[in-house]
Amino acid sequence: MPEQHVVLRNREIPGLARLDVYVAHGGYAQLKRAVTEMQPAEVIDLVKASGLRGRGGAGFPTGLKWSFVPRDLYPKYIVVNNDESEPGTFKDHEITLENPHQVIEGAAIAAYAVGAETVFIYCRGEFWQEMDVLRAAVAEARAAGHIGPNLHGSGYGVEVQVSPGAGAYICGEETALLSSLEGELGQPRLKPPFPAVAGLYAKPTVVNNTETLANVPAILEHGADWFKSIGTEKSPGTKICCVSGHVERPGNYEIPLGTSWDELLAMAGGVWKGRRLKAVLPAGASAPVLAAEQMPGLALDWESVAATGSILGSASFIVMDETVNMAWVAKKTIAFFKHESCGKCSPCREGTWWLKHLTARIAAGEAGPDDVALVTQVVDQMEGKCFCPLGEFAQSVPRSTIERFAADYAERSAAPAPAAAD
Amino acid sequence: MDTLQRRFPEEIKAAVARYPAGRQASAVISLLYLAQAAYGQLDKDAIDEVASVLEMDPTQVRGVAGFYSLFFERPHGGYVVQYCNDLPCALRGAEDFLPVLEEKLGCKAGETSADGLFTLECVMCLAACDRAPMMQVNLEYFHDLDAATLDGLLAELRARAAEDPPRRAPFGFGPPSEMAGAAPATGANPAGSGPTGQGG
Ligand SMILES: Cc1cc2nc3c(=O)[nH]c(=O)nc-3n(C[C@H](O)[C@H](O)[C@H](O)COP(=O)(O)O)c2cc1C
Ligand code: FES
Repeated sequence: MPEQHVVLRNREIPGLARLDVYVAHGGYAQLKRAVTEMQPAEVIDLVKASGLRGRGGAGFPTGLKWSFVPRDLYPKYIVVNNDESEPGTFKDHEITLENPHQVIEGAAIAAYAVGAETVFIYCRGEFWQEMDVLRAAVAEARAAGHIGPNLHGSGYGVEVQVSPGAGAYICGEETALLSSLEGELGQPRLKPPFPAVAGLYAKPTVVNNTETLANVPAILEHGADWFKSIGTEKSPGTKICCVSGHVERPGNYEIPLGTSWDELLAMAGGVWKGRRLKAVLPAGASAPVLAAEQMPGLALDWESVAATGSILGSASFIVMDETVNMAWVAKKTIAFFKHESCGKCSPCREGTWWLKHLTARIAAGEAGPDDVALVTQVVDQMEGKCFCPLGEFAQSVPRSTIERFAADYAERSAAPAPAAAD
Repeated sequence: MDTLQRRFPEEIKAAVARYPAGRQASAVISLLYLAQAAYGQLDKDAIDEVASVLEMDPTQVRGVAGFYSLFFERPHGGYVVQYCNDLPCALRGAEDFLPVLEEKLGCKAGETSADGLFTLECVMCLAACDRAPMMQVNLEYFHDLDAATLDGLLAELRARAAEDPPRRAPFGFGPPSEMAGAAPATGANPAGSGPTGQGG
């Protein structure tokens, strides 16, 4: 299967970030059709019928999430999660810079569907250029009457605001994002209540990923059956896969879900320098590692990747060739999570501190005899005990690399590593 | 103290207006960027002014400033160079290129150059791993770095700094392409979308 650009239409349409070009290619027509010809419930039903699942990592059904928003509580909010901070993920970056109006239109359609009149696009602080592009796009769309008050005489209006973060991975977690947006520390909140019921300013709020919302105008335009004709039964549509690391052509590749790993790797030019594949992290730094022998024929959709014991997440494939030592990889991912642990709960705060020191020592070849066992012990003490998924994410690479690549640890440490699990 | 309000009156108004009435605390991140530029660092006076503008508790504002990695409580260079050496970039040579960058900037990671122009930090993934080695300078992207492009870029940045540009959010001199009278970003920056200069 070749690439298919439902979201990354910018690859075929030069200048798509400009309003005139976007409109010339059908832009904002679906928002207009929704507010003038469709009931909000019809929009929700259509998105439900399409089977669209969240592209931010969890794969939660989007239409279902929208349907949880209570009808009679106002105001309501749509929050676009443009925090994109998972190592190896750079799709929202391209979407925002090259196709910003499709995100704005999708978010505005979502707003109409749930009865919200305000959209906040929350961008990680480092997306300074992205914020400039989004603000300019919003201003242009509003001046042309595509968003704003009383759209097309319908009586319905929607405003879009761009709101900055300031450098914190945890703010990608939706409740931490909402805390940050309210001017508090970006720390996660206890769920329930879920944002759909009590989110931003304790009002009903839908948080969706940038890529998720960018799919919505296409679903309205072409219909649920068209969308379901792409991808697999449980994972319909396309997914932008971010391929990084040891390939000839790293980049974003938008493929029908269910496309095989082999095809994706071929699009990225194969493993670089003619070397052999050693391992892949399929969901950035947050998922268990997959060994090369697990990859051939693997279908890239949520259910197939889950069946390997790892996750598809937001489809950020970090590719590693035969020269990479997995103890070093664990050190790098743990350095990330130690830096990004928000400090709220102790298993994550203390656990990542210990793992950082242990994995650094092991990777440097300075490990004591019990250090690898100690990593396993710390990881056991974190698993299932952290307040939010960040702590769970943190332990998945050290645990899985010790299980699958024991020899790499043995090579770096004085101690005999535990036997491989498979 | 009104250093912030004198320097950025319009920007403050625009930031607060993004949020519903009574929810001005939501603008705290935007104001901290502005205060960081106006004061040069988020010292006590800067924090207190942000707190008073937003009618917030200074302790809460200080907490927010301390939580996020883009806020500096100590002096920093007018150019904050954030170099990514997270796993995906490291797989494509980021760790090997770091010493080159350090040498050309004249400071190590975590330090500020002797001329006070550059603060170098090693940071986590910046969502551009396909273009390693890469960095941001005052949050503007520079991709596919090599020694030659770096020389050109740094020469340009030093020349601009010598013109004593006005301080801008987020850090000081503002993103390179956004500085007064500046030409569009260098060839090392393929984003190509001319910033409107509103930033956070
Ligand atoms: C630690 C952590 C970081 C996350 N980072 C992001 C992110 O950067 N972008 C994103 O869209 N979702 C992120 N998520 C998932 C969000 O919590 C949420 O599920 C998502 O934004 C929902 O949108 P979707 O249903 O459209 O995927 C993160 C979750 C966790 C636990
Ligand atoms: S790892 Fe450097 S930009 Fe992602």
